[in-house]
Amino acid sequence: MSAYKDNDPRIHGIKTRIRVVPNFPKPGIMFQDITTLLLDPQAFKDTIDLFVERYQGKNISVVAGIEARGFIFGPPIALAIGAKFVPLRKPKKLPGEVISEEYTLEYGRDCLQMHVGAVEPGDRALVVDDLIATGGTLCAAMNLLERVGAQVVECACVIELPDLKGRERLHGKPLYVLVESH
Amino acid sequence: MFAAENGLKGDPRLQAISRAIRVVPDFPKPGIMFQDITTLLLDHKAFKDTVDIFVDRYRDMDVSVVAGVEARGFMFGPAIALAIGAKFVPLRKPRKLPGEVISESYVLEYGTDCLEMHVGAVEPGERVIVIDDLVATGGTLSAAIKLLERVGAEVVECACVIGLPEVKDRCGIKGKPLYILVEPRLLDECC
Repeated sequence: MSAYKDNDPRIHGIKTRIRVVPNFPKPGIMFQDITTLLLDPQAFKDTIDLFVERYQGKNISVVAGIEARGFIFGPPIALAIGAKFVPLRKPKKLPGEVISEEYTLEYGRDCLQMHVGAVEPGDRALVVDDLIATGGTLCAAMNLLERVGAQVVECACVIELPDLKGRERLHGKPLYVLVESH
Repeated sequence: MFAAENGLKGDPRLQAISRAIRVVPDFPKPGIMFQDITTLLLDHKAFKDTVDIFVDRYRDMDVSVVAGVEARGFMFGPAIALAIGAKFVPLRKPRKLPGEVISESYVLEYGTDCLEMHVGAVEPGERVIVIDDLVATGGTLSAAIKLLERVGAEVVECACVIGLPEVKDRCGIKGKPLYILVEPRLLDECC
């Protein structure tokens, strides 16, 4: 259901390029910053290659990326495997007709939107984001796709924070991550 | 400045890219004909061609950084960076980037906005391409150029999929050349 590619030699380079920034966005949070990974062309390429190797030839027709860091990883994967890229955005960003899915935050609620017509019934979809924490955002993303009749094949993230048990919020859908952070 | 005048005249890929862009009238407010690139991202061949055209242009120009403007610049920039072996640097709205940043504010029609970049992401002397989906007044791109020049980088060119008429006759942005694939679509042309 999930995989940690601990034995792939590329994982070490990826893990060491991720920067931890303490107390961001608020005290007590150790923020996993992937921008430093993007500054290392080989490590960034390895990140994408690991996902592409997993998903090519699996008949994935949609890669859905969660705003905004999912927009950095999703499109290169989509381009390499021959899929559409669909951005899942915060409210009022997408023009035209959208469907919305609300989800709960630690304090309050937020909302994810997708264009009507971007994804069709029977599309096989991946959901991509940089990191999974509690799983709330990924769960909202999956709901959007399933509401239009797509099949979510897997959720794919660079980083998982396993202590927050986000994996359990994915309605039994598999999760694939490259690195864990405790 | 436009790809069709710059070696790609009659290139069928440009027509397909243009046709794949959707016009949404009166978004985000009445009177604006919004150029929606999300439909381009749904057309794998046209999306790939878009990236390939930029990659072909920049791969031999010794570019070490692709800077993408949040958020639609993130959809095009990383694929270009990966193909040419450059770093990708996100230029973001305030308070999104963790750690130390530099900020540049710029003027909107009403009010101001601000673009931020990580300290240390770009080094003096690096050759940079700035990418965004669309250029209108050039305000955002100007702020991006200023951020990069403040850290001593050289902006080689700004690259956009769509260029609005305001920029057509200008000599680039802040003296930097501008490379654009297509003009905006009119509503009547849409399928």
